[in-house]
Order: sequence, then structure tokens, then C-alpha cells
Amino acid sequence: MTVLVVAEHRRGELRDVSFEAITAGRELADETGGDLHVAVISGTVDEYAERLDRTGVDAIHTVANGEEFNHDVYVQTVEQLADGVDPTYILTPNSVNGLDYAPAVASRLDRPLVTDAVAFDVDDGLTVTRELYGGKAEGELDVAGDRAVVTIRGGEWPAAEGAGEAAIEAFDPTIDEDGVRSTVTGFQEVGAGDVDITDADVLVSVGRGIDEEENIEIIEELADALGATVSASRPIVDNGWLPKDRQVGQSGKVVTPDVYIAIGISGAVQHVAGMKGADTIIAINNDPSAPIYDIADYGIVDDLFEVVPALTEEFGG
Amino acid sequence: MKILVTVAEVAAADDEFEIDGTAIDERYLTFDLNEWDDYAVEEAVQYSEEHDDVEVVTVTIGPERVEETIRQALAKGADRAVRVWDESLADTDVLDPATKAELIAAVAREEDPDVVLSGVQSGDYSFGATGVTLAEQLDMEWAAVVNQLDIAAEEGVASVHRELEGGVEELTDVELPAVFTIQTGINDPRYASLRGIRQAQSKPLDVKSLADLDVAVEDLPLSLTLTSLYEPEAEGDAELFEGSAEETAGKLGELLREKGVDA
Repeated sequence: MTVLVVAEHRRGELRDVSFEAITAGRELADETGGDLHVAVISGTVDEYAERLDRTGVDAIHTVANGEEFNHDVYVQTVEQLADGVDPTYILTPNSVNGLDYAPAVASRLDRPLVTDAVAFDVDDGLTVTRELYGGKAEGELDVAGDRAVVTIRGGEWPAAEGAGEAAIEAFDPTIDEDGVRSTVTGFQEVGAGDVDITDADVLVSVGRGIDEEENIEIIEELADALGATVSASRPIVDNGWLPKDRQVGQSGKVVTPDVYIAIGISGAVQHVAGMKGADTIIAINNDPSAPIYDIADYGIVDDLFEVVPALTEEFGG
Repeated sequence: MKILVTVAEVAAADDEFEIDGTAIDERYLTFDLNEWDDYAVEEAVQYSEEHDDVEVVTVTIGPERVEETIRQALAKGADRAVRVWDESLADTDVLDPATKAELIAAVAREEDPDVVLSGVQSGDYSFGATGVTLAEQLDMEWAAVVNQLDIAAEEGVASVHRELEGGVEELTDVELPAVFTIQTGINDPRYASLRGIRQAQSKPLDVKSLADLDVAVEDLPLSLTLTSLYEPEAEGDAELFEGSAEETAGKLGELLREKGVDA
């Protein structure tokens, strides 16, 4: 059997999760005694292929077609690759782009799809572990049949290392241009505001627990007292209570301050992806089971509306 | 012009809960309209308010008890609703994306929409795959994780922004008809007005069985089975400050000063 990993790149760079997907793919191939193939589609594929040739990769298929990700091209290409490679499992990153084509690949190949895998096991069929209920629970899903498409969560597997000895081969799919019905016209960086939260030494970050827009004021008062900068988790920005350039997380900014104070933030994986590199993480959240406490160094399990003003006062605010 | 919006009732778990077999005990669950779908409904309703002759139809999969939730979308301005259900689905605890897409596609073939809006994901299972699977089954074009949508119906194209990771958006032109999966934050969903809630009671809500849609349960993929459910192990070793708010704030203040924080 064979595992096929489809790498991801954007604007000239392979994304880290591509190397993590290789590790996940090797694990799956080992469990079933099979080969690991990697496909890299569009962009400078020869250069990408050299970098993707890590220990454990048996073959790399390079597909030179356009520069950037286009889901119609990806779907057609993976479908045709699957014809020849006959992979038991197809793995892609569970990224915004992964979720833009993997479901269509699964549908076209008539295979089950499981997204956002954090672990898997092959024993009389595939079992995938993933989170449910916004990370409050985790479960195992048995996948029917012997073939599947799986998207894997970033940061769960280590990046593949070492030099591989993969056979690198160009693959030339027949792209039906009538089936390419979308065109990427450009990219845009969002939230170039007057404050750069990636530059701050101390961030006071606010989340859903603040309840109301007018309560943001107590966070601003604390930040003033501490000489810190205010940042936020996604719901605060979605509600329009703070601008997009203040958002920390997967779709916002990645920050690495000396001190990160997370206030009323539960710590969903998308948020943690943006702040886990902070030196010292402090959580103020009245739910002791909130995942933010999994990565916090210090915490106060109490009502933020009591603690925050008291802390402001402590610093003369 | 017709916009079909997929909507779902989802369950959110309390901070503390108990697990019964492979499900969270219902006493610890709160059921509501899926957050992402709320934005999708708003996007469709705003478009219908700004253009003539636009019908907004919602489609959902679920038993009778979800009707109260689904009427929220009608109260916010959707014109009518379709609910798909069959008792043969009652015993399955996981509807995989392909199964959901197949049921919704059957409705979509009857409705023949120009645009389908779907939330990026559901708040409970969060597969994030139903919309794209649906597009593929309907042979429509699509764009996933859209946080800006401009439909130019006469040109037969929509210009979208897709929210990629790391504060970057991809700008893409998509041929219609198409399915768009809608990200939170794309708009500011309204609260239903009292008048809207009253009107919703008399808006059409059609119920379709699998037989009505000419779908046989044996032919549905139903390819996923949940075999275990548990609370993830806490991995943290955070030092927790204890005491009154003044005491904990005092201890935290001391720590912050040690770290060099002080305006």
C-alpha cells in the first residue's frame, strides 16, 4: 500500500505543515508496511522537491502547473495521480487551502474524508482521533472501507528531518481548463494599522469572556497601567470590538512577547497557534478546564471582572 | 436569483460535563444555530435586501426539534426553510460530510439555486468540509473560508477574499453558480426583531423525507462511526495563584514586576 501526502506552499515558500504531513504520512505507511509518496503541485516544484526529500520519503511527484494554489488544478491533479499511484491514504494539511480541495478529492474518488486529525491508528481499518465540541472533547472515529482522505492538524506531528533518497519524477496531468472555474487574482495583507502587536514586549489579550464591548475598557486600563499593548482573540475582532490588526492566532498575527496575559480567552487551538511562543503566559479565566491552562505558566482561576481591576489598581491605574 | 443557505443546529458543551457512552450527556449541552451559519444567513439576507427578486431559502438536516432553531434564520429574513429528516438517520451519531452533502444536494437539485452559502464549519463536529463536498456533488464551483463576498450576478462571477493563515487574504474570482463557505466576521449578524420572530412563524418550513428526495439510506456513505469520546487530558502545569482577587492580583503584580513589567 501507499500513502500520498500533498505538500502545501504559498507565495514561494513551502509551509511547515508540509513537513509535518510527511512525518504523519510515514507513520501511516509504517503501520501498514507501505511506501510514502509526496506530491508537490504548482510553483517552483523542483526546488520544493529537493527540500521535501526528507528521510522516509520514497517518491516525489512534481507537477509544474502555474505558480499558486488553485483548487481546480489540485483536484484534477490529485485525482489523476491517485489513478497511477493508487494510494490507500491521501493526506493533506488541514489548512484553509487543504479544506478548499481535499473534500472535493474525496468526493471525486468516492472515498471517506476525515478532517483535522490529531492522531491515527491502523488496525483492521483506519481510526482517526480528532477534537469535537470546540476542543472540549476528543473522540475516535472508525472509517469505513480501506481507503480514505485525511487532513492533518498542524503542530501535532514533528517536522520530518534528514536527507531522503526519494525518486523525484515529473508528473504531467491533463488539466481540463473548462473545469478551472476560479482564478486567484492576488493576495492582500490585512490589518496594517498603527499598532504592531508583534512588536510588543507585553500583551494584554482579551477574549470572549469579556462579554460586552463596553467592558473592553477595563482591559485598556490595565494595559495602560502596565505599559502594555492590547491584543485579542478572534471573537472580539469578529464582533468589531477591536480592529483586525489586534488579532492573535492562526488567521491573525503570531506574537512572541516576553509576557502574554490572556484574559477571558479559552485557548482554542487556533488562538494558541498565535501565542505559544510567548516567554511567559499568564491566564485569567474562571474555567479551570479551559485549554489555555494547558500552556499557561501562571494562572488565576477567578472572575476577570474582579481580578483585572484589582491588578490595574496594583499598578496604580 | 435564489440563494440557498445551509444551516444547522449545533450543540455546545458546558465547561463541566459528563459523557454518556459516545455522547455528551444532554443536560450539559446547549443547542443553538451554528455560529458560522448565522453569518451565512446574514450575508444572504443582506444581499436580498440590496437587490430585487432574491429569494433566500435555508436547508437543514435534523429532527423536528431543530425547527425552533431553524426559525431563527427565518426571523432574520430568510424567506422559507426546508428540513430534511428520516427516522432511519436517528441512530447515527455522526453524519459525515459526504452524507450531509448528499442530502443537501438532493434539495439543491430541486431548488436550483444560483448561489449556495454554507458556514465554514459546525461548532460541534467541525469537519469544515460539507460546503466543498456539496459543490463537487452539484458540479458547482466553490470557494472555502470566505470573509468578503461580492456577487456580480449579471456577469456570472463572484469576487471573494479567502482568509488564509497568518493575516493574508487570497483574492479570487469564482464563476457562478457556486458554493461559498462563510467565515465568521464577514458581517455583523443581526438580532431577530420581534416582528421578524412573529413573521417567521408563518413562513413556509417544508419537511422532506429521504423518500421525498428519492434517496435510499443504504446508498448514503455514512462512513464514520464514533467509537469513543473522552475529555482530553490536561497537559498544563500552570502555577495557580489563590485567594481573593486582591490577593491574587497582588501575587501576579509581584511576578510581573520580577519580569520587568511596570509602566
